[in-house]
Amino acid sequence: MKIGVLLKQVPASDSRIKINGDQTGIVTDDIKWEINPYDEFALEAGIQLVEGKIASSLVLISLGGKDAEARIKDGIARGVKAKPEAIRLDDAAFAGSDPLGEARIIAAAIQKAGIDLLLTGKQAIDDDNAQVPAMVAELLDRPQVTFVEQLEVAGDSLTAHRVMGGGQVDVVMSPVQAVVTCDKGLNSPRFASLPGIMKAKRAKIAVWGAADLGLDAGTVGAGAAVVSEGAYRLPADRPSGKIIEGADAAAKVKELVRLLRDEAKVL
Amino acid sequence: MASGILVFSEHDGGKIKKTAFELIAKAVSLNMGPVSAVVVGAADTSALGSYGATTVYTVSGDAFSSYTTGTYTKALAAVIAKADPAVVLGAASNLGKDLFPRLGARLGAGVITEATELSNDGGLVAHRPVYAGKALVTAKPSGLALVTVRPNSFGAPTAGSGSAEVVAVDAGVSAADAKVNVLESKKSDASVADLTEADKIVSAGRSIKTAEQYDSIIRPLAASIGATPGASRAAVDAGYAPHSHQVGQTGKVVNPNLYVALGISGAIQHLAGMRTSKVIVAVNKDPDAPIFAHATYGLVDDLFDVAPLLQKEFEAL
Ligand SMILES: Cc1cc2nc3c(=O)[nH]c(=O)nc-3n(C[C@H](O)[C@H](O)[C@H](O)COP(=O)(O)OP(=O)(O)OC[C@H]3O[C@@H](n4cnc5c(N)ncnc54)[C@H](O)[C@@H]3O)c2cc1C
Ligand SMILES: Nc1ncnc2c1ncn2[C@@H]1O[C@H](COP(=O)(O)O)[C@@H](O)[C@H]1O
Repeated sequence: MKIGVLLKQVPASDSRIKINGDQTGIVTDDIKWEINPYDEFALEAGIQLVEGKIASSLVLISLGGKDAEARIKDGIARGVKAKPEAIRLDDAAFAGSDPLGEARIIAAAIQKAGIDLLLTGKQAIDDDNAQVPAMVAELLDRPQVTFVEQLEVAGDSLTAHRVMGGGQVDVVMSPVQAVVTCDKGLNSPRFASLPGIMKAKRAKIAVWGAADLGLDAGTVGAGAAVVSEGAYRLPADRPSGKIIEGADAAAKVKELVRLLRDEAKVL
Repeated sequence: MASGILVFSEHDGGKIKKTAFELIAKAVSLNMGPVSAVVVGAADTSALGSYGATTVYTVSGDAFSSYTTGTYTKALAAVIAKADPAVVLGAASNLGKDLFPRLGARLGAGVITEATELSNDGGLVAHRPVYAGKALVTAKPSGLALVTVRPNSFGAPTAGSGSAEVVAVDAGVSAADAKVNVLESKKSDASVADLTEADKIVSAGRSIKTAEQYDSIIRPLAASIGATPGASRAAVDAGYAPHSHQVGQTGKVVNPNLYVALGISGAIQHLAGMRTSKVIVAVNKDPDAPIFAHATYGLVDDLFDVAPLLQKEFEAL
């Protein structure tokens, strides 16, 4: 069984976000890039399945420009014992794709790479879309299990604990040829080891474009997008608050509750 | 010609969730044509009309006893084909975020995730947070749009006297469409609202120090005002609270009316998850804690002194 793991490059979670001059996106000058934190859970799960000999091989896939290579190498370095293959999806025709376009590209790559189980993050922490994996699953006509916090693979099926919200968790059994999106709690992602980093430096990363994937360039990229983004902006600053003074904790708490009830009217 | 708005109305064991009413009322105010609702599975649909839905499409049958992507996608696709809306709205719950992208790929429709504001500018314009709320962007669909909306974005609507026509739709869905088997649904904390839908949240950070203190101090304090307990990542990673309680960029993004942060420093990843809360209360020993710059009300004090006093005051309300 071949496992695919999607790795997206995103700004580190502690990045301060600034908007660029023409409001088309963010200023990337000072950004430190990382693997999307949820993709780290997917990666760890994939590595464990190969190390546990439940899966035979691991393929890391990222859709992104040349700079995304560093994230793939980070992935290779962490999973070095699982000897992952790596593929970067890149083509001028991909520029400006909306999530459905991205899903078309990734779905074609999954097919070409012969991947059985695809593991992804539940959401990318830059666009916060949580769209691409379910779209890939639909395009490949495979089941999806999203928001997974526990996963077991045995034979040709998998059992996953899927967080439904409201304190509900569903235990779902699916054929292994599926798309699983990973949530916090699934595992504790490992760091890259030094030998891993050295090996990853020399690793080969295949680059596939539209022609390699047999994709009609008209179905991806800005021209095919069904959602377009307008201006980026920063959220309004919160009005500055007040520090509640008082003789002791009891007096402060009384005043706080009075303000919550009479001024803010939230009680 | 596609027109109007269809609201996918989630229910919890047959009781329509309040987010559905919020979305219907918002849909009416957008003035984009008729507002209808769709309910999948057996539920009490009687209230939907009073918020402004003129038609309620129902799809029911044994196949919907538990949620699966396959059965719900097929059901909604059938209702969309029948109702022919320009926009479909749903809650940005885990269920909505599972279902809408799948449906979007099936229908070739644009999907917009977790909008916090919607407007009508000769067509739908959605405003949504990105980078965990550190920035906002507008999104415009061309053609059919499937939009999930963050709960509590518009506030609780008031019911009117309208009623809706109920139209049962046979979507031809069978258990085989599920493609997966739901073996079990485990429900814990059933009485407590989900963090993402909660109206009030009481969160603690690393400084709560033990799981026992989280359970004996934070949970009862939260319960005293019907709030959902939350936590910082530091508290979750230390094992004081379950990971489902984490608020922040890599936890839940929440949008309550009241957010109380006890002993939380206010790291950028935590702020990202709760900054849109209407009222933020911060309790911290350190007057220089960054959280105070974002709090509506700040209390410089020890949380172990404040929490019991606060609970007493809440209980007296
Ligand atoms: C990739 C990534 C993702 C992350 N995602 C998240 C996320 O989703 N959510 C999140 O919360 N964090 C997240 N973090 C972690 C974040 O950076 C902070 O480390 C974390 O939020 C700190 O938690 P804390 O405020 O509980 O702890 P601390 O920063 O240690 O703060 C404890 C605070 O408690 C105060 N205090 C101590 N004792 C008392 C007392 N007795 N009474 C009152 N106050 C007291 C202290 O003054 C201090 O301000 C993420 C980090 C990374 C790298
Ligand atoms: N450009 C990309 N390259 C690799 N994986 C991606 C890409 N975009 C999305 N994904 C995967 O899909 C998940 C959800 O992304 P999104 O739909 O953008 O929130 C991410 O956690 C990744 O696993």
